[in-house]
Amino acid sequence: MKWFWYASPQTFYPLAGRMAPWFAAAAALLCIAGLYVGLVVAPSDAQQGEVYRVIYIHVPAAWMSMFIYVVMAGWAAFGLAFNTRLSGMMASALAPTGALFTAIALWTGSLWGRPTWGTYWVWDARLTSELILLFLYLGFIALQAAIDDPRRADRAGALLAIVGAVNIPIIHYSVVWWNTLHQGASVSVTRAPTMAAQMLTGLLLMALAFWMYTIAVTLVRVRCIIREREG
Amino acid sequence: MSGDYAFYLWGSYSVTFLLLLLEVVFLLKRKREAKA
Repeated sequence: MKWFWYASPQTFYPLAGRMAPWFAAAAALLCIAGLYVGLVVAPSDAQQGEVYRVIYIHVPAAWMSMFIYVVMAGWAAFGLAFNTRLSGMMASALAPTGALFTAIALWTGSLWGRPTWGTYWVWDARLTSELILLFLYLGFIALQAAIDDPRRADRAGALLAIVGAVNIPIIHYSVVWWNTLHQGASVSVTRAPTMAAQMLTGLLLMALAFWMYTIAVTLVRVRCIIREREG
Repeated sequence: MSGDYAFYLWGSYSVTFLLLLLEVVFLLKRKREAKA
C-alpha cells in the first residue's frame, strides 16, 4: 500500500469515494445484527429488567466518543508536526461525529440513569469528564469555524485537540480514581466477560456498527472538505 | 418490551437513530453543495 501516495488530498479523494459505500453497507448490516441480538436474542437483566438494553447504544457511543477524540488528536498532532494538509482535514472531518457520539452517550446515559439511579444527572467524575469532552469537540469545531484561513484553523484546532486529549484518560480512569455513582468498566480486554455471551455479542456488534458508520461519514465529510478547500 | 421503562428505552434508541439520520442528511446536503 502506497501510504505516502494517499497522504495527498487529491489522491485520497477518489480512494475515500470508493471505500465509503462499503463501510456504510457494513455499518447497516452490523447495526441490524446488533439490534437483533441486543433487543431480541439477549436475555433480560436479572436486576434492571429490560431497561438495561440501553447499553447496546450507550456503551458503544461512549467508546466511540473517546476513540474518535484520540484519532482526531492523533491526526491533528501529525498535521502540526509534518505540516500535511490531509491531517488537518481528517481531524476536522472526525470532530462532528465525535461530538454526536458524545451527545448520544450523555443522552442515553441520562435516560438509563433515571430508572436505575433515580436521577437523570449527577456531577460525578465520569459524567462531568464526558460533558467536558462534548465541550472540547464543540470548542474545536467553533475554533476552526472562526478562522478563515484553513491552514491556520487547522493549527489552532490541533493545539486545542492535543491539550484536550488529557481528558481521555481522565474519563477512562474516573471510575477507578474517584468514588463515582457510575459503575466500573462493563467490558475489559484483561478480564473474562462478566455478562452473558449474547449480551456481549450484541454490544460488540453495535460497537463495530458505530465504528463502520464513523469511518463512512468521515470519508464522505473529508471529501467535502477537500472539494471546499481545494476545488 | 420494557414495560414501565418504555420511555427511557425507546427514548434512547429513537433519539440516537434520529441524530445519526440527521448527520447523514446534513452530510449529503453538504456533499451536494460541495459538488455544485
